[in-house]
This record gives sequence, C-alpha cells and structure tokens, in this order.
Amino acid sequence: MISNGMKVYLDNGSTTMVDPRVTSKVIRYVNDRYGNPSSLHFKGQEAKKALEKSREVIANSVHALNEEIFFTSGGTEGNNILLKGVAFANRNKGNHIITTKVEHKCVLESCKWLERQGFRVTYLEVDKEGFVDLKKLEAAITDKTILVSIIHGNNEIGTINDIGNIGSLCRSRGIYFHSDACQSYTKVRIDVKAMNVDLLTINSHKIHGSKGVGAVYVRDGVMIDAWQHGGSQESGMRPGTENIPAIVGFAEAVKLAMSSIHVSSMNRLRDRLIEGIVERVPHAKLNGPLGEKRLCGNVHFSFRFIEGEAINGLLDDYGVCGSTGSACSEMDLEPSYVLKALGLSHEMMNGSLRLTLSRFTTDEEIDYVLDVLPKVVRRLRDISPFKEVSHVLGRDS
Amino acid sequence: MYSEEILDRFRNPKHVGGMDCADAVGETGNFKCGDVMKVYLKVEGGKIKDIRFETYGCVAAIASTEMMCELVKGKTLDEAYKMSNQDIVKGLKDVPPVKVHCSILGVNSLRAAIDDYRKKKGK
Repeated sequence: MISNGMKVYLDNGSTTMVDPRVTSKVIRYVNDRYGNPSSLHFKGQEAKKALEKSREVIANSVHALNEEIFFTSGGTEGNNILLKGVAFANRNKGNHIITTKVEHKCVLESCKWLERQGFRVTYLEVDKEGFVDLKKLEAAITDKTILVSIIHGNNEIGTINDIGNIGSLCRSRGIYFHSDACQSYTKVRIDVKAMNVDLLTINSHKIHGSKGVGAVYVRDGVMIDAWQHGGSQESGMRPGTENIPAIVGFAEAVKLAMSSIHVSSMNRLRDRLIEGIVERVPHAKLNGPLGEKRLCGNVHFSFRFIEGEAINGLLDDYGVCGSTGSACSEMDLEPSYVLKALGLSHEMMNGSLRLTLSRFTTDEEIDYVLDVLPKVVRRLRDISPFKEVSHVLGRDS
Repeated sequence: MYSEEILDRFRNPKHVGGMDCADAVGETGNFKCGDVMKVYLKVEGGKIKDIRFETYGCVAAIASTEMMCELVKGKTLDEAYKMSNQDIVKGLKDVPPVKVHCSILGVNSLRAAIDDYRKKKGK
C-alpha cells in the first residue's frame, strides 16, 4: 500500500456507501419493528404502516400514484418482472420489442430469453456518445411493436437519454414505454406522468440505500402479468414477505437524495475531475457526452497504450477504487458491449477507466485522484511496449 | 482475486524496460486480446545474461512476464526454451483460471525472443 491511508471510493456506479441515517432506520426495523405487514396484530400493522409510507415516498419522487409502485429485490428483478410481464400479457397485440445495444445486462438477457420464447427484439444502435436516435426508434416501430425499453442514464458512460421525447413518441403510437432508471434515479428529475413513462425500474443501493431492494412503477392500466406467484403482497405483482427494513431504508435514502444541491455539487466535482485528467494526462479521451446530458457522478476515459485492469490495479494500490470495461476484467474476456456499441477500438475499450462519484465525494478526494492517476498512467506507459510511440506522440501534443 | 505474489510482481517489476543493443527481441499478443508482450535478451556463452520486458496488458500479464524473466535469467537457451507456462503459474502461486493464458503468452514471448536469437545466429 502506498496510499498514505487515503481511501477514495469512486465506484459508486457499482454500489454506494449506505448513508448512516439509512442504516439506523434499517436496524430499527430489523431489531424492533420486525412484524409481517400481512399480520393484523399491532406488530404487523406497525410494519404495514411503514411499508405504505415508504411507498408514498417513492411514488412522490417520480410523480406516480402510490398504487403504481411495487417493491422488488432490486434492479435486475425489476427489469425482469416488467419486460417479461408486459411481453406475455400483450402477446395478443404483437410480439415485437425495441430496446438498445447499451442496456444493462438484465434487460438484454431478458430480451434474449424473450426471443427464445418467440418474441422479436430490435436492438437499436446508439451514437458515438451513447444517445438513442429518436428517428431510428420511430423507424423501428412496426404494427407488432408492444414495448420499447430504453435506459435513462447509462451505467458505463453516463449518457442521459431524453425519455420525455421517447415517451411522447411511444404514447402517440400506443406502445408501452419502459425505462431502466437505476443509475439516474434521484440524480435526474423523473416525472412519469409528464414524460409519458409507462414502466420504470429503480433501486436502492445506487443511492446510498441498502442492497436487496428496489421498486418498479407500473402505470395504472398497463397490461402486465405477474412473473412470480404466491401471496397477495404487492398486489400480487411481487408476492413474498416484504423486506421491510430495506424498504424503509430505501425510502429514507430517497428522501436524503432528492436534493438538487447534491446534483450541482457532484456536477462540479465531476467536471473538475474530467478537466483535470484532460489537462494532466496525454492521450486520454473522454467517453460519453459533456455537460447536462451526462450523469452527475460519471467520469469515463480511455487511455491509449495501457490496459484498464492494470490501471485499476495500481489505483487500488493508492487506495482508489474505480472500474473498467476492458476485456481483461471480464470472465469471458470480451470488452464492454457498451463501449463496443460506441464504436471504440479495442485499444480504447481495453484502456478504459470509469470513476463514479457520490454526494459524499470531496474536493480533497478529487485532488488526490488528480495527483495519483497521472502517475499510474505514466508508470504503466513505461512498462508498455508502446511507450516509444507514446513519447513521440506526447511531444507532438 | 489475485494472490499477493501476483500483486507484488505487478507492483514492483524488476525487469521492466527496453534494452540497448539487445541480442534478440520477441513479441507476442495483440490489442484485441488486450495483451502485448515484448521480450529483450542479452545472451552470453549460450546463457541468458540479461532479460527485460515491456508489456501492454492486465495485472496478470505484467506479473507473468516479470515472473518469466525471473525464472529464466541465467539459464541456458535450451533450458529456457523448455520452460512451461505452468512454471510461471507455480511461481505466481494462484493464477485465476481466466488468466492462465497470460502465462502462456509469457512463455510464447520468451520463445519468440529465443527464436529470434537463433535465427540471427544462424545467418
């Protein structure tokens, strides 16, 4: 370890620190208020009250009705429930689904599974910055299209799609619109009514809540089949005894996160980090857009001549946590399909580094990363056989 | 995921760098697979007197080339040529299965350098 004790967690796109105020709520419901909301006694009703209060918080946060919110175990379950549930419930109307090449794996894998069940899926291309082209979406719609699923904020490169425009298009064509908002939730304003969103997936552990809980919004009137069968919890949409401690914690996390102050502060730190890297590291290319259309916590670069897993290996040594889309970091040794969809070369995909901030990230931490990252890149370029090239190019730039 | 052995070799490689007037150079890998290794040899009396490497690649790739250099320094070319990737794996203790190919690339880059030496010598 050469970190001098400094620890900087910049992998908030993977998961976040649980806010201590959330933790204390969760613990109270684990230890004292352990009732089952389905029970009629006071212990059960205490839990039931907390459940419904939490539902209200989530509903208000996206301008939904309370009865349109269903708790799940997280983003993956949420996306599975919605995609499969809507597909099967609307088979009589059509068998065509439209999504993009840059969705989270749980959306893509659910779509692939639906293809095996006889559905047809179009995977839209995105542009160089990761945006969906509305015209391409419109052109892909057929009279068999029943569902469009497009990610709101991209987990890798931070691109924020305009779901309002996509929502209006889908509504005008009578097609259900789903958006996976796990990364954007509480960071970008979401109004499901104004934006014509029919189905939405959100979760808790990306916003300083605990793992194992999330929610889906299903607009009143949307045809959807339950995907799991059991009791009448969550109106039968998601049976199983509710994870009350995590749900209460989720609602607390939402209350704490819903502040524009957090977003503007994260935007400022994000841009400091981006500008600092561009200034201090030669041959570094930002992936994804700049400005308001980028998630407030997302920084994503490709560094020429070196590989991303090694970058993270040395950063780890300095006490900095990041991630990469490099082939070397994946079990299947395939680089990130998101970066591939942007049209990046193998060198740029393998040399990628994602740093994702949270509302707890400080200026001091950004200073530290801007100090150590250039050293890490330089050291790896010294090891790289392409360093001569990099030095030559370095003089030119 | 990685053993201390791998991390230590990755963090503090002792055989990094090019070599002026190397007797032979070997290269293997490509950008696509994410690893490129270049090995430089100094040969004296049929033995590897000095060996240096440059690697573009992940933690395991850098550690594997470093381990390979450590293992073959001082060996005869014939002995070095016979080294298997399992020797590198053993030297590094636990290599994750998905990273074993890095040790194979390590051996291949060494053999490429020895081939280059023999070719030059043969001329």
